[in-house]
Amino acid sequence: MPEIISKKFQEPPRTQMLNKLWQFQQERGYIDDDALKGLATEFGISEIEVEGVISFYHFFHRKPTGKYTIYLNNSIVSEIKGFQRIMEAFERETGATFGTVDRTGTFGLFLTPCIGLSDQEPAALINFYPFTNLNAIKVKDIISRLKQGVLPESICDAPSDNIRYVPAEDKSVFFRKYQTGQALGKMESLGPQGIIEEIKKSELAGRGGAFYPTWKKWEATRQQPASQKFVVCNADEGEPGTFKDRVLMNSYAGSMIGGMIICGYAIGATQGIIYLRGEYWWLKSKIEAALQEFRVIGFLGKNICDIKGFDFDIRIQMGAGSYVCGEETALLESLEGKRGEPRTKWYFPVERGYLQYPTVINNVETFCAAERIIEMGADAFRESGIPGSPGTKLISVSGDCKLPGIYEIEWGMTVAELLELCGAEDPYYIQVSGPSGECITVKEKFRRISMLDLLARKDIRCGGSFMIFNKQRDIVKILLNFSAFFKEESCGICTPCRAGNFIIQRKLERLQDGLFNEADLQELKSWGTLMKNTSRCGLGKTAANSLISAIDKFHDYFVARFDKDFNGLNLKFDMAAATADYEKYKS
Amino acid sequence: MANLVNIKIDGKNIQAPEGKNLMLVARENGIFIPSLCYYEHIEPPLGTCRTCTCKINGKYGPACTEKVHEGLTVEVDSAELIDTRKALVEMMFAEGNHICPACEKSGNCDLQHMGYELGIAVTRFPHLFKDRIIDYKPSRMVMEHNRCIKCKRCVEEVFTDDGKRVFNYMNRGNETFVGVDYIQEAKLSEAQAINAMKICPTGAIIVRGVSMTAPFGDREFDQQSTQQKKVLKKPTLNRPAITEKKIIATVSLAGCFGCHMSMLDIDTELLDVIELVSFDKSPLTDFKQFTTRCHIGLVEGGCCNSENVETLRKFREHCDILVALGECSVWGGLPSMRNSIPLSECLEEAYLNSVTNEPGGNIIPYHEDLPKILDRVYACNEIVKIDYYIPGCPPSANHIWKAVKNLLWGEEYSILYSEFKYD
Repeated sequence: MPEIISKKFQEPPRTQMLNKLWQFQQERGYIDDDALKGLATEFGISEIEVEGVISFYHFFHRKPTGKYTIYLNNSIVSEIKGFQRIMEAFERETGATFGTVDRTGTFGLFLTPCIGLSDQEPAALINFYPFTNLNAIKVKDIISRLKQGVLPESICDAPSDNIRYVPAEDKSVFFRKYQTGQALGKMESLGPQGIIEEIKKSELAGRGGAFYPTWKKWEATRQQPASQKFVVCNADEGEPGTFKDRVLMNSYAGSMIGGMIICGYAIGATQGIIYLRGEYWWLKSKIEAALQEFRVIGFLGKNICDIKGFDFDIRIQMGAGSYVCGEETALLESLEGKRGEPRTKWYFPVERGYLQYPTVINNVETFCAAERIIEMGADAFRESGIPGSPGTKLISVSGDCKLPGIYEIEWGMTVAELLELCGAEDPYYIQVSGPSGECITVKEKFRRISMLDLLARKDIRCGGSFMIFNKQRDIVKILLNFSAFFKEESCGICTPCRAGNFIIQRKLERLQDGLFNEADLQELKSWGTLMKNTSRCGLGKTAANSLISAIDKFHDYFVARFDKDFNGLNLKFDMAAATADYEKYKS
Repeated sequence: MANLVNIKIDGKNIQAPEGKNLMLVARENGIFIPSLCYYEHIEPPLGTCRTCTCKINGKYGPACTEKVHEGLTVEVDSAELIDTRKALVEMMFAEGNHICPACEKSGNCDLQHMGYELGIAVTRFPHLFKDRIIDYKPSRMVMEHNRCIKCKRCVEEVFTDDGKRVFNYMNRGNETFVGVDYIQEAKLSEAQAINAMKICPTGAIIVRGVSMTAPFGDREFDQQSTQQKKVLKKPTLNRPAITEKKIIATVSLAGCFGCHMSMLDIDTELLDVIELVSFDKSPLTDFKQFTTRCHIGLVEGGCCNSENVETLRKFREHCDILVALGECSVWGGLPSMRNSIPLSECLEEAYLNSVTNEPGGNIIPYHEDLPKILDRVYACNEIVKIDYYIPGCPPSANHIWKAVKNLLWGEEYSILYSEFKYD
């Protein structure tokens, strides 16, 4: 067994940066100059460095955000479910416009990308409490009650889990009967090496979407000779259209915590951290309660499960609104109280992760699966799924279907079966794995969803998000929504991602205006490929994925929008639009 | 001393100490890999600009974040990779507002230098013309955000004596910029401030009162390419005897006529030119209309009003080949400085609120006979198809005539490094 340091490791003060900023943000509604100066002095850094951190996260503000801060989701699913009307309703009822606070300082309206409630859109967060299935009447009611002094927490919704499908015959991995600590009881008999062997046998792969073999991460970290190691749970579920981690944490938080403890035991760590996205503040107390329960039982703390010398505890770190922090190295930077800029691949987290110590970072679903695998045994886990891709996978289904929600599918289910299960309505364009994934047409519905080889183009991988769009939806609008999202969420430090997403958005706007032909389309595709090949992290590498696949698969759709008068020499130029500003001076 | 390992760059066997940065290894072996952010003593390397993208063991990746190890195979000079790197530098030009002729760092600028080395005459991307400020608040320096490429060098390299950062990234996404801490900046010594300016690969950090003293021609990147000398092909004159005169048309749209002046700078060669070509519609002949179809149209300046657009379209109609001549024509140039400002602000500033205007006594001209001013300045290739681009402000006379001779008679030529300029 690896050496375990029993002395509690002290994380440096700077790691408290985000917590301090949250404190000011919540107490004062914004981070004022005094707070900023105070933090700079406290951490011994320059003010610009504090300001750099604040400005990176979109839930931190340098101006007041109102007594009630409202974040309305502007992701694509929200858009097709009536975002525009809800936005207008909020503006009408509060008297504020989006991006500002009303004159009395009561309501602040802001937009935010996907808040993990795609199965109940349109949805908004008011003081970080969830309000789902909004309509104009509901908005009016909410605002008038807030005006009467009712607290948002007393009228917010409790988002339902919407678990729509679990595989038959007790094959469910995640939603089988759960008993706290059942898996933990097996730790000692298996031993660290045995646990890793079991995970290896299960072929569990990272469920955040990268599908990196989990056992390899654990084994590599275990091998590192270090005085301190960390287990980090990536609960920054930011990919638009995914909400499976929300459901797991809402109802099976113990499973996630158990998975982290098992990992901690296997690699020889004493400290775990759950990096929970700011959008999920409302889940925090639930997870805290679960952690407390674990402490009381003796599953967290000293000599866990009576394993002598195995001390382990977990804390929650709240994120503050940044998609890129779901990238593991950006997440580490954020944990250290810095801007969430992904690191280069100079070192891997298993070598130098959090605070330069070896770190395992896995997604919520991965830890839950790991815990369940230890509990049921890898052999039982391998009963479901298909060879090479055993087990089940949680899929968050949203968009144009009757039954949006969570589907625990066995790997190997076809797209057609899933569409059938969820009651898809006239599906036309299906976005798999979110904006950073790829789109498929209905013609491809007989492809299986699995982790198998991508090159065969037979199977399709799915990280969790599965968004269905019907024939009425405008593909260019969908792609524009995605490019606007990436443009804002790029961390901004590498050229192809920062500038590329901006450029692609501009080009798509021309497409929308009909100023486009085949050459432009191919150009757009080559620019997307450039971003894919040269970007620094996964965000930039995948940002153009849906664009590239859409150009290939929905080519006819684009052709129908081409500039038909294009003669190759004179380009289409909208003179009326270009001179509109000047025409105002016609007296 | 680290172990020596064997690696391969473009098929060439190289021995290098294990763990050494690939960028350095390439450099020491005379292999040119473009780079902007790489700064050898910052570790881990920054890896922000991505201009050193190569294929490393078959996968795309930047050379600057790669440690060499036994058996490493690197591909640098394939046509695809050369184009990829070129695209990345083009992207920086499209993203920022880089007006070389008006920049203090011109001639000593790494970004501009990379543009020269990679032969960028025009960017394939639309210029974004994002409104950015120039920050005059720092006491010792001026921060020109239009020129910053966010390489992170200053962020990681410039500290005060008590170890505090002077620069830090602000915001994120396309709003990212490098902010200056005014308090810390004031604590920098003159030498530290000048160092900040020096390590900036563009002209984003300018120290007050320090001038770039070298005259044109003597600046860092004026004369010599850093790439290994390529053998220049000797221009060969294997053309058929010229029997008919070729016809050229020229025009200056939203430009300053500087490019036309440059055309005249070939001095005595002008006499030969007159023998070989005739000019149709051109300020040189003062023909207002086209009288015949032309072989080449040389267009100076971009389009700032409706008349420019119409003229440019006429050129496209009447010319076999259209050449964008000079920065303004290529992407907008100096006139496009107004592109990040709303038209109304520009007009009101010029005609109503300027200090020389009498209050209430002026109007913004509008008449049906006057050309209509466009919302922004458009590059020529946004209006019509442009066949060739000649950069420069103005392009050097030799460059222009070499290009024209090549287009008209297929004469082989090579543009010298010292003739390819943006200023």
